[in-house]
Amino acid sequence: MSARLPAWLVNGALWLGAIATLFPLLWMLSVSLMPTGAASSYPPPFLPATLTLAHYRELFAAQHLGRYFLNSLIVATGATSLALVFNGMAGYAFAKLRFRGREAIFRLLLAGLLVPAQVTMIPLFGLLKFMGLVNSYAGAIVPGVASIFGIFLVRQFALSIPDELLDAARVDGASEWRLFRAVVVPVLAPILVTLGIFVFLATWNDFMWPLIVLSDRDMQTLPVALASLSREHVQDSELMMAGAVITVLPVLLLFLVTQRFYLRGIMAGSLKG
Amino acid sequence: MAGVRLHQVRKVYDNGQVAVAGASFEVADGELVALVGPSGCGKSTLLRMIAGLETITRGTLHIGERLVNDVPPRDRDIAMVFQSYALYPHMSVRENLAFGLRLRGVDRARIDAQVRAAAATLELDELLERKPRALSGGQRQRVALGRALVRNPRVFLLDEPLSNLDAKLRLSMRTEIGRLHRRLRATMLYVTHDQIEAMTLGQRIVVLNAGEIQQIDTPMNLYNEPANLFVAGFIGSPAMNFFRGRLALVPRAQLLCAGAALALPAAQLASSALASVAGEVIVGMRPEDLAVCQRGDEGDGEFTLEATVESVEPVGNEIFLTVQFAAEERVCRVPPQPLPEPGRAVRLRYQPQKLKYFDAATGTRLA
Repeated sequence: MSARLPAWLVNGALWLGAIATLFPLLWMLSVSLMPTGAASSYPPPFLPATLTLAHYRELFAAQHLGRYFLNSLIVATGATSLALVFNGMAGYAFAKLRFRGREAIFRLLLAGLLVPAQVTMIPLFGLLKFMGLVNSYAGAIVPGVASIFGIFLVRQFALSIPDELLDAARVDGASEWRLFRAVVVPVLAPILVTLGIFVFLATWNDFMWPLIVLSDRDMQTLPVALASLSREHVQDSELMMAGAVITVLPVLLLFLVTQRFYLRGIMAGSLKG
Repeated sequence: MAGVRLHQVRKVYDNGQVAVAGASFEVADGELVALVGPSGCGKSTLLRMIAGLETITRGTLHIGERLVNDVPPRDRDIAMVFQSYALYPHMSVRENLAFGLRLRGVDRARIDAQVRAAAATLELDELLERKPRALSGGQRQRVALGRALVRNPRVFLLDEPLSNLDAKLRLSMRTEIGRLHRRLRATMLYVTHDQIEAMTLGQRIVVLNAGEIQQIDTPMNLYNEPANLFVAGFIGSPAMNFFRGRLALVPRAQLLCAGAALALPAAQLASSALASVAGEVIVGMRPEDLAVCQRGDEGDGEFTLEATVESVEPVGNEIFLTVQFAAEERVCRVPPQPLPEPGRAVRLRYQPQKLKYFDAATGTRLA
């Protein structure tokens, strides 16, 4: 009994933590299905007395949420696919290709990690304005396509690729590009999946940058649209919650489907020799 | 197939370290040449330069009649087998074998035929659909060999291909590589730190040390006629015994070393370059050139030495006898026989005509 006590305690604590984390999400889902005003009664009900999809209908019909959803999807998938290409290639190059100034450039990049993102927002906006990308999807995507963190993540993983594997492909007749495509990318797959999820989550959930760069209402992404919605419908918590469900659901699903790779990616490096 | 010709090939790294200091030799079409030396001697760098994986700082490299100094690896028509196998982990054995052919745009039917032929040669037929992680070390090494074989290249480069295998597998793979070479009559360069591998496989051996070629010769000539002290010590196991001292001709020819004297054949001394040496010399003696004098058998008594037994190590067909002579350990290789206990004295007879003489200062062979 005494030997089992610590296990009970740990499991109990984990259950408590899981419930505390899940409760707001479940309540969000529950409230989104209640009729208008039901959530504001006292005491607040946990489950809806009557189920309704009216808020979802209104979001898509009157509030154009479908449009914002599409915007978010375009920005997140665009940023994710480009980020995989650029961070993947740069990370591999920093790990495995020999070129002049490699270490110096990499150290400079690492130093750049210390600069908070907020500090760069005004110059970044100026830069994108100069490039004519303000109020366009490209303006929302471009800042996310190469990140120091992404390059670093891929580089650390790519360091574990044996040089002999690359040399074997070179002797076998592969050009550097073919070598990257046919040998390096498959070997990097776990870390690329992880990076893809990181970038997708970050761009999907990002509020600040789309707010700054996308001024046209038709261009707005879900989090921004949801925020303006809440300003217009301060009282309507049920409608807000339905909007929140639509925002959270895709990333939640993505995470559940890919968590196997995600966890493996986070552990990358810790278990390798 | 094609020969390989190196002329004054030199490799200096960016940090100024000289990895290979001017290597010149030729590998004939269809010849198997072993590159051997201790780790860090530049043998792998030399092989990588021939493969095109390292740039050549100076000198020329020809494969066949073609100067290939600046030709990328894929255009040299070579194949290489690596120490770590370097199989593509995400491809099946079949895909691993076919990869090089696919890159060269060979049509599917021919790829299939060549893969099947290589798989049959190396007994990989059953393993074609497996991934490398599902193979044993020996099987992986066979796939690595097959990947080289399937392309039918002009030159095979093998970089310590057996060092990751256990002793038993190493022996059988060594035989297999030898058989493969005889069958294909392929030009092969074989890098190893293991002198037994080099001796058994190489038709000729290039001995390297500290980036410099020490000697290029057939295995038996390297063993019997080493060009210098390094080759003498490196080739042969157990290693050659060395006696360092000064030559004396009167009252009789002998080597005076730390507290002892070694009798030498006077005629040999007088007639060679040895006669003019002023400094110290080193006399080399192979372990098998020493024999134990049994009681009552003193021989002619002249070419014998008195030593103390250190250890007796029987290995079945022979005994490694370690003795103490002139303040150093010497190893003898003798047939099974009753031997004195450690700590006891033993009289050993040696063959004077087989002694090798080296200049102690330069290490070069004197006679």
